[in-house]
Amino acid sequence: MSLNVVTLLYLVASVFFIQALKGLSHPTTARRGNVFGMVGMALAAFTTAALIVKLADSKAAGMVYVFSGLLVGGTAGAIMAKRVEMTKMPELVAFMHSMIGLAAVCIAIAVVAEPSAFGISAKGSALLPIGNRIELFIGTFVGAITFSGSVIAFGKLSGKYKLRVFQGAPVTFSGQHTLNAILGLGMLGCGIWFAVTQDWTPFIILTIIAFILGVLIIIPIGGADMPVVVSMLNSYSGWAAAGIGFSLNNAMLIIAGSLVGSSGAILSYIMCKAMNRSFFNVILGGFGQDGGTVAGKQEQRPVKSGSSDDAAFMMSNAETVVIVPGYGLAVSRAQHALKELAHKLGEKGVNVRYAIHPVAGRMPGHMNVLLAEAEIPYDQVFEMEDINADFKQTDVVLVLGANDVVNPAAKTPGSAIFGMPILEAHQARTVIVNKRSMASGYAGLDNDLFYMDKTMMVFGDAKKVLEDMGKALDNL
Amino acid sequence: METISPTVVNLIIFVLAIYVGYHVVWTVTPALHTPLMAVTNALSAVIIVGAMLAAALTEGDLSRWMGTAAVALASVNIFGGFLVTKRMLEMFKKKDKPATDTAAKAGAHK
Repeated sequence: MSLNVVTLLYLVASVFFIQALKGLSHPTTARRGNVFGMVGMALAAFTTAALIVKLADSKAAGMVYVFSGLLVGGTAGAIMAKRVEMTKMPELVAFMHSMIGLAAVCIAIAVVAEPSAFGISAKGSALLPIGNRIELFIGTFVGAITFSGSVIAFGKLSGKYKLRVFQGAPVTFSGQHTLNAILGLGMLGCGIWFAVTQDWTPFIILTIIAFILGVLIIIPIGGADMPVVVSMLNSYSGWAAAGIGFSLNNAMLIIAGSLVGSSGAILSYIMCKAMNRSFFNVILGGFGQDGGTVAGKQEQRPVKSGSSDDAAFMMSNAETVVIVPGYGLAVSRAQHALKELAHKLGEKGVNVRYAIHPVAGRMPGHMNVLLAEAEIPYDQVFEMEDINADFKQTDVVLVLGANDVVNPAAKTPGSAIFGMPILEAHQARTVIVNKRSMASGYAGLDNDLFYMDKTMMVFGDAKKVLEDMGKALDNL
Repeated sequence: METISPTVVNLIIFVLAIYVGYHVVWTVTPALHTPLMAVTNALSAVIIVGAMLAAALTEGDLSRWMGTAAVALASVNIFGGFLVTKRMLEMFKKKDKPATDTAAKAGAHK
């Protein structure tokens, strides 16, 4: 197989990758898109295998290493994909970003050690062209930052680890930004040193600095900003792949890497916009306190609270119900109980729909997946822009474990969340809010919605409350 | 004649690919943003191509082991990414048939 054929096959694979993303424009075409992606990847791998056999003069003993790596990694990946719970998707995605980052670093080390094996230096010579050295420097540091940053993000998302850097609360110290800047400059200096000399010493130092930087840039970001962080690391992993593509002069890697890079960047932008914060505001961090502070500062205002039975009665008498699920729903794994309740309401002739805020859940689109898992039809699930106008005509809105995304304070100039796009639940005729307590959301703000005359609070764990409502509906 | 440096050619591909990526990703429906992330994880694992060359064609121990490790890491993502995307997308299937089935079953229980 000539190199031209190899490159053309890589081009076909690249087109398949674009098709894979394009398919995601609608749920019905998405599965076919995913098949395109798999075929493209298989094509890329088989073409490379054929190239290896040719370059090794058909003595492809080295393929043993490829197969063993493939077997170990592939098995691990398949098992994880099969077992992971949908609530744990953000952790899985963060974990997979770290894999890409580390793989990019490993490849870069191999390239520096033996560039001739990749056909980018003359046979028998270990001297790289200066352009490739710069590209290797970029690929390595982006990969290393992606790896260590994703490890921290993984820890913050899972919240299971005691270590301070894995806690949701941001880690800040004085001189943090200065330290980052010094490390960044040091890394750049080593990069230039490496580009000039192709020496191992600067390469090793810059890799270590990049690993440290990855940790330092993620620790000041609070747990609640994780949707932005996960998207951002998604973007980085793409740029790392593109960087490796540059160093290996491989167009397919550059194309796939850029697709991923721009995808992650767009998702970060969407998430920032949904929180009405600038990207730099999130990255510089120190704002998002996880879990929320208890609103003890405000004077106690009276709220109307009711039982699950009352809520069930109100909903069964309504014509239209809109359900606003928030992260609290995911935490108590109540999506199946929610589906049961919605099904019973549907049988009573109530029109039930769902309204999803872009930052509901812990990563972009997370809530949609959780609802889909509970077999809630996607055509009952609406994005914020599509349903906001309908709240005025809605009889009952059921807010489940959401807070800031329905806070009408976002409409009041001067409020901390002023300008943030919200679901206009306060426009509905009646509002039922389920929360565990009166603790405020992550922005630390009191929510006027809870004190409105038309609002009824139902305190308790979302799953328990939803099950009780379901039982109450049966008895009506 | 002067030849064009591969870096410049790569840069052209890079810029055009970002352009394609930008326009394609904006067409993705927000409901599928999580599958989008999972599938992009699998796609960036295409660096397995570089990893395979490193594992199979190098002679030194260091580069060989680095290559093998990179093959393993990338294949975690290839299999994990595509399979978990498939699993999620199955959930977004229209469930007309099964829905009537469960309704019928519920009816039978009553």
